[in-house]
Amino acid sequence: EVLWFDGTVIAGLPLWLWWHIGWMGLAAVVFRIFANRAWGVGVEEV
Amino acid sequence: MADTTLQLAIIAVYLVVALGIGVVAYRLTERTAEDYYLASRTFGTVVLLFTTFATLLSAFTFFGGPNLAYSAGPEWILVMGLMDGIIFAVLWYVLGYKQWLVGQKHGYVTLGEMLGDRFGSTWLRGGVAVVSIFWLFPYVMLQQKGAGQAIVGLTDGAVPFWVGAGGITLFMVLYVVLSGMRGVAWTDTLQGLFMLGIVWVAVAWVLAAVGGPRAATSELATSNPEFLRLGGGLYSPQYMLSTAISIAFGVTMFPQINQRFFVARSKRVLKRTLSLWPVLVVLLFVPTFLLGTWAAGLGVDVPANSNVIPVVLGEYTAPWFTAVVIAGAMAAMMSSSDSMLLSGASYLTRDLYRPVTGRSDAQADAEAESHEAVVARIGVVVFASASFVASLYAPGTLVQIGNTAFSGFAQLALPVIVALYWDRTTKWGITAGIAGSQLFYAISAFDVLRWLSQFVIGRPAIGLPQDYLGWSPAIAGMLLGFVLTVGVSAATETAASENTLAYSVTGSEAE
Repeated sequence: EVLWFDGTVIAGLPLWLWWHIGWMGLAAVVFRIFANRAWGVGVEEV
Repeated sequence: MADTTLQLAIIAVYLVVALGIGVVAYRLTERTAEDYYLASRTFGTVVLLFTTFATLLSAFTFFGGPNLAYSAGPEWILVMGLMDGIIFAVLWYVLGYKQWLVGQKHGYVTLGEMLGDRFGSTWLRGGVAVVSIFWLFPYVMLQQKGAGQAIVGLTDGAVPFWVGAGGITLFMVLYVVLSGMRGVAWTDTLQGLFMLGIVWVAVAWVLAAVGGPRAATSELATSNPEFLRLGGGLYSPQYMLSTAISIAFGVTMFPQINQRFFVARSKRVLKRTLSLWPVLVVLLFVPTFLLGTWAAGLGVDVPANSNVIPVVLGEYTAPWFTAVVIAGAMAAMMSSSDSMLLSGASYLTRDLYRPVTGRSDAQADAEAESHEAVVARIGVVVFASASFVASLYAPGTLVQIGNTAFSGFAQLALPVIVALYWDRTTKWGITAGIAGSQLFYAISAFDVLRWLSQFVIGRPAIGLPQDYLGWSPAIAGMLLGFVLTVGVSAATETAASENTLAYSVTGSEAE
């Protein structure tokens, strides 16, 4: 017991900025899952 | 003229109200040192989140970031998003949770205390405090410089720089003298929520005035088409990664942030906060830096030694609204500075004054505590006054000054992480790691060798490189610190005075 690939503009903002905003949303979900299911991994010792 | 008077009145009233909130919060607290510095370790999720975030709710974000986006493009959003939303969030767990458990076990208040106890070294404890206070100086100065520039920009130069910088210094000192960590935490939270809201209102107002985001971006595509293409110019991959990594690691070692690792009320608070970091950075950085970027497309002319945000708001919104935003930013900067000064003061009294006067941490009687409180307040006044004077003469942009401070703190991070996770770390290892990386970075940042050679032989003969294959000296220094900590630890024996089990935690400390 977890993102380089342009000037395309969509709805007034660069595509790369939309990617970043979406990626931050994904990160928030992943951090939430980690906090609920795996908190303590690697920090607490057995 | 009437507009300027109204704007200055709004700023003054706003700062006085912010001061009042701190005083009220202080009246509600106990009078012990632990409450003054750590609010008795009782921060809930929202307060912990915002009082930590407050370091970035500063001139670095409100003025420095938009200035950079205005001059070099909006990729600064990605740098700060990666830095705070991902890397700092991961460190919040790896470093923050570990420190919180260790703090619960031993009752530490400062980073120096935590290291000094583990390695049985008063010198290490004092050394970490000196290094931290040293790098705090440019970051506090940055707030004063930002405030001075904001007032100059707002009043079109009618009010001189020193009035803005001096005004915020006066409020900073008053606040620390009248309030403690709980007072600062509450104003951090209220200022943070207010600024998050007001920044979005500002963006909506400007966009409504220019015809929406598509219109603003199409102006940008005409005037600065390269701003819409990812990377290029200042933004090389090495620059973006160097900056994001050094700021994220640096933030964890700022005294006011590092002390926050000791103050969470429970494990649940730390868990909740983790997933909120990426959300918060999008809510703050995207609108603030886009405003600076769009200003470039709108042809907003920013005078030298001024900031883009007051100018663009002055052009497209009402004078009273511009004043409210600047007042909010200045109050947030004041609150952030107070967090720093308060934590710096606890480093001064606990890690320097206490060992020098021969008092142990266990001897906490009321008389000694009140004596330390006086020392802390004198320290704050001297420190803030000195940084104010420096702000009048300091060269460099707000982002450059901020990066220097963040990078100096970043040199502490890897030796501390190694010590927290590797019980073979020795006193000599961590001392070599911290001293070696600090020396390397300070010589690089201040160009000491060039200056020395100029002084000795009359010409600037030698100097360390300003980059390493595009990577910053901060990253090179961090790697040097890591190698020295591990290498010297492997080559030396654990001293009898060291407590190698001090950082061994199982999670039961949290129960």
